[in-house]
Amino acid sequence: MAYKTIIGLEIHVELATNTKMFCACPNTFGGEANTHCCPVCLGLPGSLPVINKTAIEYAIKAGIAFNCKINTKTKMDRKNYYYADLVKGYQISQDDIPLCEGGYIEIELEDGAKKINLQRIHIEEDTGKLTHTMDGDTLIDYNRSGVPLIEIVTRPDMNTPEEARLFLEKLRSTLKYIEVSDCKMEEGSLRCDININVVDTETGAKTNITEIKNLNSFKGAVKAMEFEEKRHIQLLKEGKNTVRETRRWDEVKNETVTMREKGEAEDYRYAVDGDLAPIEIPDTWIDEIRNKLPELPHHKKERFMRQYNLSEYDAGVLTASKDLASFYEETLKYIDDTKLVSNWIMGDVLRRLKDEEVEIEDTKLSPKALGQLLSLIKSGKINNNTGKKVLREVFETGKDPEVIVKEKGLIQITDESQILEVVEKVLSENQQSVIDYKNGKDRALGFLVGQVMKATKGKANPQLVNKMILDLINKM
Amino acid sequence: MDIVKLSAVEIKEKILKNELSATEVVKAHLNRIEEIDKDINAFISINKEGALEAAEKVDEKIKNGEELGALGGIPIALKDNIVTKDTKTTCGSKMLENYRSPYDATVVEKIKAQDGIIIGKTNMDEFAMGSSNETSFFGPTRNPVNTNLVPGGSSGGSAAAVKAEEVALALGTDTGGSTRQPAAYCDIVGIKPSYGLVSRYGVVSLANTLDTVGVFGRDVSDAALMLSAIVGYDEKDSTSYENPTHLVVEKDLEPTEYIKGMKIGIPREIYLDQIDKRLIGVMDKVIKVFQSLGAKVEEITLPHLEYGLSTYHVISAAEISSNMARFDGLRYGYRAKEYSTLDELYINSRNEAFGDEVKRRILMGTYYLSMGLGREYYEKALKMRTLIIDDFNKAFKDYDIILTPTSPILPFQLGKLKDEPLTKDLTSIFTAPVNLAGLCAMSIPCGYVDGLPVGLQIIGDRFKEMNIIKAGLAFEGGMKNGI
Repeated sequence: MAYKTIIGLEIHVELATNTKMFCACPNTFGGEANTHCCPVCLGLPGSLPVINKTAIEYAIKAGIAFNCKINTKTKMDRKNYYYADLVKGYQISQDDIPLCEGGYIEIELEDGAKKINLQRIHIEEDTGKLTHTMDGDTLIDYNRSGVPLIEIVTRPDMNTPEEARLFLEKLRSTLKYIEVSDCKMEEGSLRCDININVVDTETGAKTNITEIKNLNSFKGAVKAMEFEEKRHIQLLKEGKNTVRETRRWDEVKNETVTMREKGEAEDYRYAVDGDLAPIEIPDTWIDEIRNKLPELPHHKKERFMRQYNLSEYDAGVLTASKDLASFYEETLKYIDDTKLVSNWIMGDVLRRLKDEEVEIEDTKLSPKALGQLLSLIKSGKINNNTGKKVLREVFETGKDPEVIVKEKGLIQITDESQILEVVEKVLSENQQSVIDYKNGKDRALGFLVGQVMKATKGKANPQLVNKMILDLINKM
Repeated sequence: MDIVKLSAVEIKEKILKNELSATEVVKAHLNRIEEIDKDINAFISINKEGALEAAEKVDEKIKNGEELGALGGIPIALKDNIVTKDTKTTCGSKMLENYRSPYDATVVEKIKAQDGIIIGKTNMDEFAMGSSNETSFFGPTRNPVNTNLVPGGSSGGSAAAVKAEEVALALGTDTGGSTRQPAAYCDIVGIKPSYGLVSRYGVVSLANTLDTVGVFGRDVSDAALMLSAIVGYDEKDSTSYENPTHLVVEKDLEPTEYIKGMKIGIPREIYLDQIDKRLIGVMDKVIKVFQSLGAKVEEITLPHLEYGLSTYHVISAAEISSNMARFDGLRYGYRAKEYSTLDELYINSRNEAFGDEVKRRILMGTYYLSMGLGREYYEKALKMRTLIIDDFNKAFKDYDIILTPTSPILPFQLGKLKDEPLTKDLTSIFTAPVNLAGLCAMSIPCGYVDGLPVGLQIIGDRFKEMNIIKAGLAFEGGMKNGI
């Protein structure tokens, strides 16, 4: 039997504006509860919202980056419902005319690129944050109330959890590229809801759509989708169907659990918010934003291939995050060797980041330090293996590679006279290996070089050692 | 000299000339309130200390030869849905019985900045829903003209306070006629400015696409003075505009001078079945006054005027249902004692603290915004609003002002229409369309019939406040001269 999974996403992204959506309160994460508040974001009687132009600008930026049509005449609407985190009994959002419509994000699959279409991007305000205590109380912090959000809604165009992950990675990296959000899932500045169901392609039977909420990481999202995919397929196999419901990902149990059943569609009684004048966006403003837009990931990738003569794969890895791409370009200012830098970043540096689960900007390694280190290697002052050790030390201490090399006396020995004695000693102590080599066992040479390196604590230039051993053996 | 009988303009002049101190003025008005308000119930709270303190500051300024603001020393009352830091803001409701705003409304800041003296906060229909001041949680206000009559509403407290000489000026609000109708019922002048001329920041929303801050005075010059002090763009209100016309009145002109060259339209649609027939005679007289002042008066048509009231009813209720949602008992205001879930907290708090009229409108408005039949009413009302705006736009191409009676019903006895909310709503039939179109209008006294005061509504195009003020000054002069 064959099954097709259908996945659509709704992503809420907090915009990194200085102030909130409709008032001058600071838009910063955290802070003592209920201190970043004013009559407007608390919805006090008589207060009125005034729209934050930067929030609109950021949303347009996202719209342009994701190839959307920007609606030049739009408006803000009220979405009416009651909840403790909602101060006015309605959320200011957009109903029938979203700021951005359509658009797509392209993801790279093994068999080529795939377009994931977007339905819309609209702007709205965030709500307060509820914390449920162990005592059964609920505490409300309205610092987040009125923080500007964009909601990005995709078409159900993804067919595997992996596609959804690639989509989310691309979305996040692009939003960070254009600097409209820091996209930190753990701080809630990027939140993702998943709609998923499965079709039996042979019989045409399909499960009801399940919505999954409460996802705190991309990893969790993928696990949740994989879990749901299996659950839906199992039910189809049993000739059953899923319940139309909202589920939540339980990180501890590693499974999705029912949150609430979806009854009739909720009626939010949308109506235009008369407190905010209709929004008219001049084409000249859109052009201005478009012209100011930083280089997008795929443009940067093409440029890297062209300018630095990198393979498509290497350029793709280096431009996946804006910070990594700038790190690469920064490093080139200190050492003019595009291949060497890319090899080291793609190798030891990325491995380290992956192991520690950190981003490049969170480490002690600076482009200058990496440049210095690679210069030491390139000029032959230290060898590759020493370089790796020094890099580890830089990650840990943040010290200059030159200082580390000097302090630990790691400078490569390139003076033959300094090594000759050691080489002669190694050869006399390992006569069997010399004989082996002469009898055609090439591996014996490696062993001999290794012994010399060991004796010099890795400081000898391996090529030089190689050459000297061969010279001596040939003279024997 | 009976200080409380002085007009605002006179008070200001006498204070400037050192013939009166602001403290004397304030004390006289506080005494008047002490003496009469138990019979009128115009005030919900009085800020005696604050008023005397402000008066002292004005007197200090005079003493030091400092320049005095436009409202220097004038006692002013505010409707209790305009938020103030110094006193509570109840909106006439149990819901906000003890609510104190942490900030002043923009209009309050403007009054304070111009040395106006805020005496207190006035009674009103609960959350400004009503047209008789009978829905107030703090008991009804009585009409100073005749205490058996209602003062009109919802700004009945402000109108009554001005008429009863408790203050010289007052602010109300006007969403469908809530300033003009009580002005008519209390025999004073009330102006509803164009939508956007006065900031709504700090004015508790009723229906936010219709709400305006209205002004009361005992004559046109006083009302115009009050209005000119509060107009202007406010960055805190995205629906406000910079005053496009200068509200400067040339003083002491002959009435005919004010109205020179004006063309006046009388909509033929005002002569409807529900109108009190005695008003037809009054309108005839009004037309004659304007004609004798030299104005050209012609019959016009506003074909959709008759749908104005139902359109208003649907749109305002829809907006009200959303605006009232924030009063949920959670963060401020009344909270029910008994509840076991969040939903129960909402339901019990709102059920216990809102009066019937408020509940009625929330229910209707929720229906109009809900999917299905209700929604169709709302969509239709939005379309009708556009047609009404078009009607007025056409009329104002040829005419400077339009005249109607302010209310089709004369002031009625307290309690008489208690169970007839639809008849009470009818009082807005000529005023509500003005709000739908965002125009400006004034209610000005035009005599009495059978001992009941009658108000004339003078409607002007959006931001053409000077036209209605000039016409008002001309008419006032004409009436005084016994034309």
